Amino acid sequence: MELDRDLLLGLYSTMVKIRTFEMEAAELFASSLIPGFVHLYAGEEAIATGVCAHLSASDYIASTHRGHGHLIAKGGNLNRMMAELFAKRTGYCKGKGGSMHIADVSIGILGANGIVGASLPIATGAGLACKLKGEGAISVCFFGDGASNRGTFHESLNLASAWELPVVYVCENNYYAISSCQRVAMAIQDIAERATGYGIPGVSVDGNDVLAVFEAAGEAVKRARTGNGASLLVANTWRHRGHFEGEPELYRDQEEHKLWLAKDPIPRFEAQLIERGIATTEDLRAIDRNWQDEVRQAVLFAEESPDPAPDELYQDVYAE
Amino acid sequence: MRTITYAKAISEGLAQAMRRDPRIYIAGEDVGIVGGTFLATQGLLAEFGPERVRDTPITETAIAGHAVGAAAAGMRPCIEIMWMDFMGVCMDEILNQAAKMHYMFGGQIELNLVIRVPEGAGFRAAAQHSQSLEAFFTHIPGLKVAFPSTPYDAKGLLMSSLCNRNPIIFIEHFQLYGWKGEVPEEEYLVPFGKAAIRREGTDITLVSWGWMVHKALAAANQLAQEGISTEVIDLRTLKPWDQETVISSVRKTKRLVIVHEAVRMNGFGAEIAATVGEEAFDSLDAPIKRVTAPDTPIPFSPVLEDAFLPNELTIAEAMRSLL
Ligand SMILES: Cc1ncc(C[n+]2csc(CCOP(=O)(O)OP(=O)(O)O)c2C)c(N)n1
Ligand SMILES: [Mg+2]
Repeated sequence: MELDRDLLLGLYSTMVKIRTFEMEAAELFASSLIPGFVHLYAGEEAIATGVCAHLSASDYIASTHRGHGHLIAKGGNLNRMMAELFAKRTGYCKGKGGSMHIADVSIGILGANGIVGASLPIATGAGLACKLKGEGAISVCFFGDGASNRGTFHESLNLASAWELPVVYVCENNYYAISSCQRVAMAIQDIAERATGYGIPGVSVDGNDVLAVFEAAGEAVKRARTGNGASLLVANTWRHRGHFEGEPELYRDQEEHKLWLAKDPIPRFEAQLIERGIATTEDLRAIDRNWQDEVRQAVLFAEESPDPAPDELYQDVYAE
Repeated sequence: MRTITYAKAISEGLAQAMRRDPRIYIAGEDVGIVGGTFLATQGLLAEFGPERVRDTPITETAIAGHAVGAAAAGMRPCIEIMWMDFMGVCMDEILNQAAKMHYMFGGQIELNLVIRVPEGAGFRAAAQHSQSLEAFFTHIPGLKVAFPSTPYDAKGLLMSSLCNRNPIIFIEHFQLYGWKGEVPEEEYLVPFGKAAIRREGTDITLVSWGWMVHKALAAANQLAQEGISTEVIDLRTLKPWDQETVISSVRKTKRLVIVHEAVRMNGFGAEIAATVGEEAFDSLDAPIKRVTAPDTPIPFSPVLEDAFLPNELTIAEAMRSLL
């Protein structure tokens, strides 16, 4: 595939942006600056990056408990995201959502979600809204291998195929749902086989190869945009961290873990960019430094922001 | 004024709202071709076509869940879950998604979403097709709950729901679909949180909603023949509910009987009793009484189901016991 330089560097930049944010969040959590639960996306950046590169602000995404990467790739603002992690009033949700519930409806982010598998019907409905409005927008659903075992998966894919909705279902198979291994939790190896049951295309790709994701997502997005309905895209990957920060993680094989760390999507893509003469190491380090600055800025913004006042507890229960 | 049925009042309200607001669409099982199991969406498919009147597969989770997504993306879905007893199948979509989004996202997303759902016993339909579960939904901040007892309120509350900006559980009663009443042809709104005083009185306050309002009125008629004057209040919406009207009535009559078809424990009657106890204890001349179904599943046998349901006799008896 021939892709132009800006696009390639953009893919690299988005992946690094996510990784930088996530590693900062890991440190902040370890130093008890972030309350609650934080599920990091480190290691899976190629997926959100390759998919969201096809989307604009008028398209929708529905995300998961491991949502930071999706939100950043869709254009989420780092300051407001970080402030939300810090539970500050300037955060996306005014401190009422936290890591698992960040949304930015103005750019089509219908929220991270604390309920596994809940993104599926939500994205399906957003797809119906796109179809009824007829303005060419589409909807993308992110969910995990674990979520694909829930009933919402079946009901959503069935409805989307029956109604020919413009939805791309992106299953991030990191082989684990907490300790539950994909190979044990289902009797099939390739989750994409499930698409057959709904009469829609199902494709599996190397989820640590941003170009492979970009290409496969491009097909699925095109199909949705041209009125040809839904698809299932399975991206196989690995989370670098525990299920959530601070989890002891006693169930993954350390040898397998090392093998996957060696397939880290970011150094892998960096090597390709350099080998193909798209960028020099210095170009890439400049991108890295930029995101380190931006993330540091975001932390400052969050630290300096006020907490919500106690009586904000009562606000926004209902729209009036 | 002309009279029409409760079912017709609903379909007329839907049609008028849909003509005005292109974002409204309907989805549910059998809502299109057959016009709804109880004919509350009759005629809409013919007028609005299959894009806006969508017969769905048997897929309650996706009916409720897709509606959350469609509403978040700017539509105004009015979905139907065929039977209150099936709400358990889509409870996450209601409890954790619809009810929470506005608050959890800091007010960014508004869900203009109406879930129409019939409930009620008396059809010998047994334990899985008869339950009154309204109290469940009043326990969830973020939801509103309407429960009309007349054709007039059915249309007016539905029109209000369809221009409200929050997720609404709109409960209809099976026994009422064929009931006729006066309904204006034009559009009108019945507000949330405003009870209707169905009968004025001075000796006892009877509070109810849904089908039981009619049983309460029958009991009040009986007691009138015994010289007792009853005030009958129909709450019309349970969340929010009209505390003011109930409390000022209790201050006048000094006696309160609450009637509901739902089982007793933690039924909405418990909330009303607690509130009146907190706010108007000093006005009461007698203990608050609840007339409810017992804490059992709903039986099939007509003999047993009749024993399960409150009726005008059991209501009248409870009222006499306070005097
Ligand atoms: C309905 C539901 N069940 C269980 C949980 C607890 N839980 C949170 S994340 C998770 C694992 C999800 O696995 P997967 O979908 O593969 O996503 P991953 O964490 O691997 O990204 C579980 C069981 C939940 N939040 N929601
Ligand atoms: Mg997983």
